[in-house]
Amino acid sequence: MTAPVLRIEGLTVGLPGGGDRVRAVDDVSLEVRPGEILCIVGESGSGKSVLLSAIMRALPRGLGQLGGRIAVDGVDLAPLPERRLREMRGNSMAMIFQEPMASLNPAIPVGRQIEEVLEIHAPALPAAERRRRVIELIADTNLPDPPAIARRFPHQLSGGQCQRIVIAMALAMSPKLLLADEPTTALDVTTQAQILKLVRRLCDTHGHGILFVTHDFGVVADIADRVAVMQDGKLVEIGPVADILDRATHPYTRRLIAAVPRFTAASRTPVDATPCLRIAGLTKYYGPVAALDDVTLDVAAGSTLAIVGESGSGKSTLAKAIIRLIEPSGGGIEIGGRDFARLRGGELARQRRLIQIVFQDPFGSLNPHRSVGTLLVRAGMLGGLSRAEAQTQARHLVARVGLKPEALGRKPLAFSGGQRQRIGIARALAMRPSILIADESVSALDVSVQKQVLELLAEIQRETKLTMLFITHDLRVAAQIADHILVMRRGRMVEHGAASAVLAKPSHPYTAELLAATPGQIWERTRHRLFEAAAAEIPSL
Amino acid sequence: MSRLPPAFRRVPVLIGFAIVGFWIVCALLAPWLAPFDPLHSLQPLAQPLARDGQGHLFWLGTDMLGRDILSRLVYGARTVIIWAGLATATAYVIGIAGGLLAGFHRGRIDRALSFLANVVLSFPVLVLYILIITKLGASGFNIVLAVTFASAPAIFRIVRALTLDLRERDFVLAAITQGESAVRIMLLDILPNAAGPLIVDACLRLGYTAITIGVLGFLGLGLPPPTPDWGGMVNEGRPMAFAFPHLILFPCIAISSLMLGLSLLADGLRDGRPAAFKPGPGGAGAP
Repeated sequence: MTAPVLRIEGLTVGLPGGGDRVRAVDDVSLEVRPGEILCIVGESGSGKSVLLSAIMRALPRGLGQLGGRIAVDGVDLAPLPERRLREMRGNSMAMIFQEPMASLNPAIPVGRQIEEVLEIHAPALPAAERRRRVIELIADTNLPDPPAIARRFPHQLSGGQCQRIVIAMALAMSPKLLLADEPTTALDVTTQAQILKLVRRLCDTHGHGILFVTHDFGVVADIADRVAVMQDGKLVEIGPVADILDRATHPYTRRLIAAVPRFTAASRTPVDATPCLRIAGLTKYYGPVAALDDVTLDVAAGSTLAIVGESGSGKSTLAKAIIRLIEPSGGGIEIGGRDFARLRGGELARQRRLIQIVFQDPFGSLNPHRSVGTLLVRAGMLGGLSRAEAQTQARHLVARVGLKPEALGRKPLAFSGGQRQRIGIARALAMRPSILIADESVSALDVSVQKQVLELLAEIQRETKLTMLFITHDLRVAAQIADHILVMRRGRMVEHGAASAVLAKPSHPYTAELLAATPGQIWERTRHRLFEAAAAEIPSL
Repeated sequence: MSRLPPAFRRVPVLIGFAIVGFWIVCALLAPWLAPFDPLHSLQPLAQPLARDGQGHLFWLGTDMLGRDILSRLVYGARTVIIWAGLATATAYVIGIAGGLLAGFHRGRIDRALSFLANVVLSFPVLVLYILIITKLGASGFNIVLAVTFASAPAIFRIVRALTLDLRERDFVLAAITQGESAVRIMLLDILPNAAGPLIVDACLRLGYTAITIGVLGFLGLGLPPPTPDWGGMVNEGRPMAFAFPHLILFPCIAISSLMLGLSLLADGLRDGRPAAFKPGPGGAGAP
């Protein structure tokens, strides 16, 4: 058997005092062999990013390695002086970050940035040779016309192209070990699929050992050879990908996997067809650019419409135009028989309660200086209730979204991301709206929390007959929650239909492309069989 | 302000707090702390630690009119803290009101207010002070007026920039979609979240204003004599500074110590104030 490129034994990293746990990484041992991709999965705070920093010997301030051994390519890192470590970084190990734009210097052409790596680590290489190698590296990441790309600045490239450049930089010295920290999380799904394919190919052809950190089980299913699951700093389970995904033994792993939304349309009871929201010819221009181009659709009362698309598709613009956070350039928005797009001033302020929104970022959507109670009571009063009624409603809502009554007196900083998103939902409901827009409301949440929030929204919809517009880039989430799906691209409607029809038989090639790019589809098939088998067993129990 | 205490655990901040606190105590308790009447002439040009015939001890000496310098410094603290505080507060009220309006409503209001602010800011500050005070006369009220006129535009620009950013935050958008009134959004959602940088700026600006009052005093445009005024004391002592350095040394130390204290305090408030925002979304960040 070949020697491992990375061997970690009993690694323990301490957290500064005062936190809820003492160790960021707790007694972790693992190995990465050449030509192998080991995926590390875990929710936020599980210690997966700290593990990577520990391997690069670049732990954030306040964290210190308490014990254990890290060996890269057979070299123990602990006794190495800083100068030797710098040689190791780049030569023996390299890192690929989550935000490609942020990991490139915006003021220097990308080719030059790759060249710098070579200058530092291979100063003997002649300049012409170095430039040839840069072009070769760029070509290796499947970018078209490498010499032209090399001259561009990061802002002239797309996110996916930048990530390829970052990968080319990491590969410059052909390091044995690549550390990838959520390298596709910031990318669109079609770009993600290409980058994953690229990483897999590089691993297979060049024999790098790759440690790939992700929170997405679909990505794991597509790319991993082996999987390590982390929880609260501990390695709870490690093994070949098929074993972990389909036959996990640890209850935490099972819970995580069960929380991944299924990629088939959930069977939903048909809703009554009276439209609650009618959008006719809605457009929004920024100068000559159409961010929204002639969007026309009806949304039935009590149903859920998922609006899906990649970044720049206009899905958020559509939401903001409907709710009048941006002024549409033309078209009508009819809510409850009135043209919401024509309302002005006080009349608009009074009618706003009919349509409410839950935002994406749970940390930015609540005023950190106001307590949850104040927030909910004020929303209720703006919705037309007296103070006393609004207070009763606030107590009721806090319980409804699954928080304790004490939450009313606390400020947002005291809550986790998932709890804040519940508060955001309660605030929207406090206005007693007839339409609720969820703008990527579960995208920033861990998969288990995401599942709970999705279930909460579904329950609330069943109880209150709320109409929901669910904006998401994640087709799995759309499949779980939507009656209808609207696919958008460059401000236009590409496809609109019943969720089951759109997912099973997409009529537009772009929809088909999106569906095909969603990670984890092969796994989905075996998973589907497992679910069917489980469902078949239930009656016999 | 209830969250401030952790900020005070660091030594430089404690020093800043001690210096500023010292001058505030001086200002409040001037009649009890000052050994002599600051306007009463005792013995001209006594050196520090000298005693006169009646056995009066002049810790910091006396000026050319025979007034005790220590007593004048203690009473001068009153002048500087009252008028600098008042002038800074007025400038803030106007700057904040304008900044919130311009940043929140944008468009025409913003263009008009920004233009006005830029016009005022394009004048050298000192020239503005001299113009205003020579035109209107030297008095506490006119100093407040001059400082407000010259500082409010700078505060306006800070508040406007902060408002433009905060206005796009989701919690402000949420308030808008609830039909909340513009005034309440500005005062309850935007201003408290802009307070961090503004408190720091206010501390520094209070220091600048104290210096400005000193400079105006030095130029003879300060409070009319014989009001004890640190800048005025430096000005009066200047002709004889070579022979009697204590005439200007102690007022200068007073001015710089107050400035230093406020700067240290500002640093502490900046570092110690809890961040209103965590870094954005992204489940993959460090724990």
